[in-house]
Amino acid sequence: MLKHSIKTFSKLINNNSSNILNNATTSIGVKSSIVNYSSTATAQQQVAQAEVKVYGGLKDKDRIFTNLYGEHDVFLKGAMARGDWYRTKDLIDKGKDWILKEIMASGLRGRGGAGFPSGLKWSFMPKQSRGRPHYLVINADEGEPGTCKDREIMRHDPHKLIEGCLVAGVAMKACAAYIYIRGEFHHEAKVLEQAIDEAYKAGLLGDNACGSGYKFDVYVHRGAGAYICGEETALIESLEGKQGKPRLKPPFPAGAGLYGCPTTVTNVETVAVAPTILRRGSSWFAGMGRPKNSGTKLYCISGHVNNPCTVEEEMSIPLRELIDKHCGGVIGGWDNLQAIIPGGSSTPVIPKYICDDVLMDFDDLRRVKSGLGTAAVIVMNKQSDMIANIARLSKFYKHESCGQCTPCREGSGWTWDIMERMVTGDAKLDEIDMLYELTKQVEGHTICALGEAFSWPIQGLISHFRPEMEDRIKQFQTNTKQSPF
Amino acid sequence: MFSKRIISSFSTLTSQSILKQTVTRSYFKSNTFLKSDQLSRHVETEENNDHTPFDFTADNMIKVKKILSKYPPKYKQSALIPLLDLAQRQNGGWITVRAMDKVAQICGIAPMTAYEVASFYTMFNRNKVGQHLVQVCTTTPCMIRGSTAIVDACRKHLGIGVGESTKDGKFTLMEVECQGACVNAPMMCVNDDFYEDLTPESTVKLLEQLANNQKTKIGPQTSRKAAEGPNGKTSLFEPPTPPPFRADF
Repeated sequence: MLKHSIKTFSKLINNNSSNILNNATTSIGVKSSIVNYSSTATAQQQVAQAEVKVYGGLKDKDRIFTNLYGEHDVFLKGAMARGDWYRTKDLIDKGKDWILKEIMASGLRGRGGAGFPSGLKWSFMPKQSRGRPHYLVINADEGEPGTCKDREIMRHDPHKLIEGCLVAGVAMKACAAYIYIRGEFHHEAKVLEQAIDEAYKAGLLGDNACGSGYKFDVYVHRGAGAYICGEETALIESLEGKQGKPRLKPPFPAGAGLYGCPTTVTNVETVAVAPTILRRGSSWFAGMGRPKNSGTKLYCISGHVNNPCTVEEEMSIPLRELIDKHCGGVIGGWDNLQAIIPGGSSTPVIPKYICDDVLMDFDDLRRVKSGLGTAAVIVMNKQSDMIANIARLSKFYKHESCGQCTPCREGSGWTWDIMERMVTGDAKLDEIDMLYELTKQVEGHTICALGEAFSWPIQGLISHFRPEMEDRIKQFQTNTKQSPF
Repeated sequence: MFSKRIISSFSTLTSQSILKQTVTRSYFKSNTFLKSDQLSRHVETEENNDHTPFDFTADNMIKVKKILSKYPPKYKQSALIPLLDLAQRQNGGWITVRAMDKVAQICGIAPMTAYEVASFYTMFNRNKVGQHLVQVCTTTPCMIRGSTAIVDACRKHLGIGVGESTKDGKFTLMEVECQGACVNAPMMCVNDDFYEDLTPESTVKLLEQLANNQKTKIGPQTSRKAAEGPNGKTSLFEPPTPPPFRADF
């Protein structure tokens, strides 16, 4: 009844006034339901403005990763049959500016989590070489819980990545590419090395790559099990043979990165889609998904779904359609859904009522105060314990903090400690606010984004599941006959 | 009553006593669980000491040269992590202090730098481990698909706790953080190989096969081949064809 009246009310008022209402509302339980209904109205308006264009339902002919499940030949012969390395020389001969222009026009955004426009990022490399070599570094340190997309590319379509390295390398005038692959991916590193050897033998890499006269080398470098090395400057440190501790920026890697030379660090998927974009044209890629969120994306859906899988789909596909169509629905039905982490562990969790109509792209998930991240969807149904799930993530971040900045090193331990007590309910009610405050103090006060990464899941939990947390504490106090004070 | 509670909260040094303690309330909990983490300090033992020499075999020296050739000659330190990994492989899955010294010497850096790096990364074991290093992923995506049951099955079957080795030196059990196979959860990693889509039964079967040196099925333990769904794939039904090439060339 209350919800109904709020719904009617929020329909009457516009967006701005509902924001004021949000700020004025103190109880977070009520607040979140208002956010729900006002945001639903916004999404509906947006869809109406976009002339009801439906996203999703990607056809096989528009898929880039045609050997995602490894059913066909992984190596050079099979890759060439799938269209890799076809007229690569012509693409290179068009030159650096043309490649950058095409990538910018395609609207490709980085697939590693932050979603920065790739063409723009690649163009940050110095225009004039001052005698120092330029490096391209591929970030294959895929460690974000929930994410397993780059693994499929590297073990089943390695030539897409290697060709992408060459094309991106030309666009940045790089002399070599280092693929930093996480140490656990031993099999994937072997496949990649074999594919690189093949490419050298076929003259696709080396002194005269693809017969274009461009000298380009690709090397595989295996890491040794540190999540933090997925951060670009920590990755560069690790590649230089040091502890993987992020560097202060500036200088940005495009100015001084690997060995002090201009470097660009990009995700595997971003680089692997580049040759296909150039081959098919930027307008084809830009034609998929909503504006500014164009293209296709590998989604990996894990957790409580009937058919967990990695699948390539159009950007901006509705979350519910993605799960119902490719994953056989949530275990126990859609109504049994409790919450979803939409983009890997560091994005805030969103409860069911938001999942109903949210679109899987950077901007729409941003609107609901979460993020697309790496598009690793973790589904949790009502039988799982939300607080325990997030507490486990806190333990993960506590384990993976590099220990360089105090707020993160100490904060991740403290939040895990408090979260563990929240799981049993062995806490005081005002500790929820304390926990929220603690994460707010860490956010933005660390060198790299790991501070945000462990703060956001907890903030998401508190803003959407505060009543559950309070219930558990009260339950514990009743059971153990403790005073609430 | 009050002082009793204080005393009990300070005595919670082991994880077991914390579990027992859930009834009484405690605000003083230690968050220094050891579990799969290791001490960063070197402890002199019979196997790991500063007078047992270490050198790469002739075969591995060829690999060392190949690894060094990947990096600019001025920056040999880049080869540190791959070389430590190579030394660890030669040494049976763990790395001694003399092996780190040797690698540091090859890279032309101070031994301390090698120790620093080896203690930072979780894949370097600075204490002796069993022949099969069983690493069960217990991060959230695996946890909600039942990794706790997998850890329990391993514990029960091997008769050891997490972070311990069996007496015959065949198995070491570890809980690890996300291994990057979340779609095929729950999973465990034994040495270099991923075993995915586990159930407690298939886990025990795998451990038995490993103990008897039998061949195991690497990858998903069900009918799945890779990351397509267990109920079959939902895309890529058509045989792959080359994408159309742009018209303006």
